[in-house]
Amino acid sequence: MDFRWELVAEYGPFFLKGTLLTIGLSLASILIGGILGLFIGLGKMTKRKLVALPFQWYINFFRGTPLMVQILLVHFGVVPLFMGTTNAIIAAIMALSLNSAAYIAEIFRAGIQSIDKGQTEAARSLGMTRGQAMRYVILPQAFKRMIPPLGNEFVVLIKDSSLAALVAAPELMYWGRAMQGQYMRAWEPYLTAAAIYLVLTLSLSFLLTRLERRLATE
Amino acid sequence: MIEVRQLKKSFGHNEVLKEINVMVQPQEVVVVIGPSGSGKSTFLRCINMLETITAGHVLIEGIDITDTKTNINQVRTEVGMVFQQFNLFPHKTVIENIMLAPMKVRRVPAKEAREKGMTLLRKVGLENKAEVYPDSLSGGQKQRVAIARALAMEPKIMLFDEPTSALDPEMVGEVLEVMKQLAKEGMTMVVVTHEMGFAREVGDRVLFMDGGVIVEEGSPKELFENPKEERTKAFLSKVL
Ligand SMILES: Nc1ncnc2c1ncn2[C@@H]1O[C@H](COP(=O)(O)OP(=O)(O)O)[C@@H](O)[C@H]1O
Ligand SMILES: [Mg+2]
Repeated sequence: MDFRWELVAEYGPFFLKGTLLTIGLSLASILIGGILGLFIGLGKMTKRKLVALPFQWYINFFRGTPLMVQILLVHFGVVPLFMGTTNAIIAAIMALSLNSAAYIAEIFRAGIQSIDKGQTEAARSLGMTRGQAMRYVILPQAFKRMIPPLGNEFVVLIKDSSLAALVAAPELMYWGRAMQGQYMRAWEPYLTAAAIYLVLTLSLSFLLTRLERRLATE
Repeated sequence: MIEVRQLKKSFGHNEVLKEINVMVQPQEVVVVIGPSGSGKSTFLRCINMLETITAGHVLIEGIDITDTKTNINQVRTEVGMVFQQFNLFPHKTVIENIMLAPMKVRRVPAKEAREKGMTLLRKVGLENKAEVYPDSLSGGQKQRVAIARALAMEPKIMLFDEPTSALDPEMVGEVLEVMKQLAKEGMTMVVVTHEMGFAREVGDRVLFMDGGVIVEEGSPKELFENPKEERTKAFLSKVL
């Protein structure tokens, strides 16, 4: 197998652009998905079954159907419905956010429920409302425990963002496929893309481990 | 001050409290004793609605807390509670534990809340621990902080659920000492405990609970020296 480095070098600027968009898509989606996920997680935990049900089904839907289907639905269905025409980047961010929100909702729920019931009781016995107890007592403690699974979700999101290539959002994988199409080569584009994904996910894991260690000693 | 009328509480089909009637007068110290599983904790937790009440009424200073129109958060600020497991907030320092509720619930300014908190820490003998996290405290110290935290809301009533049961024996004394001091200052208290010495010395009245009912009640002297009911005698012979 001869590996033609000069082709990789030639495509370098595109891979760079693609990498930046991959990072952008993942960052935007983890942020939006995080906020959305918190509300969906809280919604699912409400005592009233009827209120909790739609949140439960949101989670069921987004965890139980392929992300690929969700991206196509959002790109060709949902976005045109709201904007008239579609936009690959917006569609990708929307689909990835909605999808990760379902997983993050479960992370929040597990984190919140892992905090001892006595904490809520102590807060409530002091006269705090349910919301105050959540905000000042439960969430700060739960958040610490959520960092490892949230970090995992972020890693998954970086990898899953490659599916945005399907709707021609010009992220990393899009340029990989473009390069394959142009030169009819398999190893150069896909190994380069794989290497870049690996650098992204490994650096993220490294940062997360350091963050965890810092929080643990606090 | 506290009036419990025909209180019943069930968990599913399990009726844990069966018609409890109790009156607690201002400044009175009522001690609740009884075997494990008899419903003591549940009774105490019904007084500030940590448990939903199945039937009956609980009145705190004349306000019926079972009435859905009652603002339970408001009532709870008047009723402090101390738990067997302390339940300090581990992510906050000792002084922050104490300041949190006054600042968020009563909207006391931080500076004032801190001063008040320091006064309370001095009272429980822990002013030098203000800036540490609960993790580094002994059990007895944690429980004293928990008492100070409850007192910071300036409650009119204090509920204690086996406050010394999770402590090593050598730390029981320091917590009981703080509670005795509180009683002396005229705090209205309901205390679930196995410390019969404390009940004798500080209690105005002792309730003996078994199987979800109050089997017998009386002054510590009456109840300990002259129990009328067989069940009380049997229980006392085991613990005294
Ligand atoms: N949250 C709960 N759900 C179901 N059963 C409970 C709950 N809390 C207490 N019980 C039951 O109620 C009974 C009385 O418990 P408790 O009030 O804790 O007794 P005590 O404090 O006297 O040991 C026990 O049989 C216990 O199993
Ligand atoms: Mg108990």
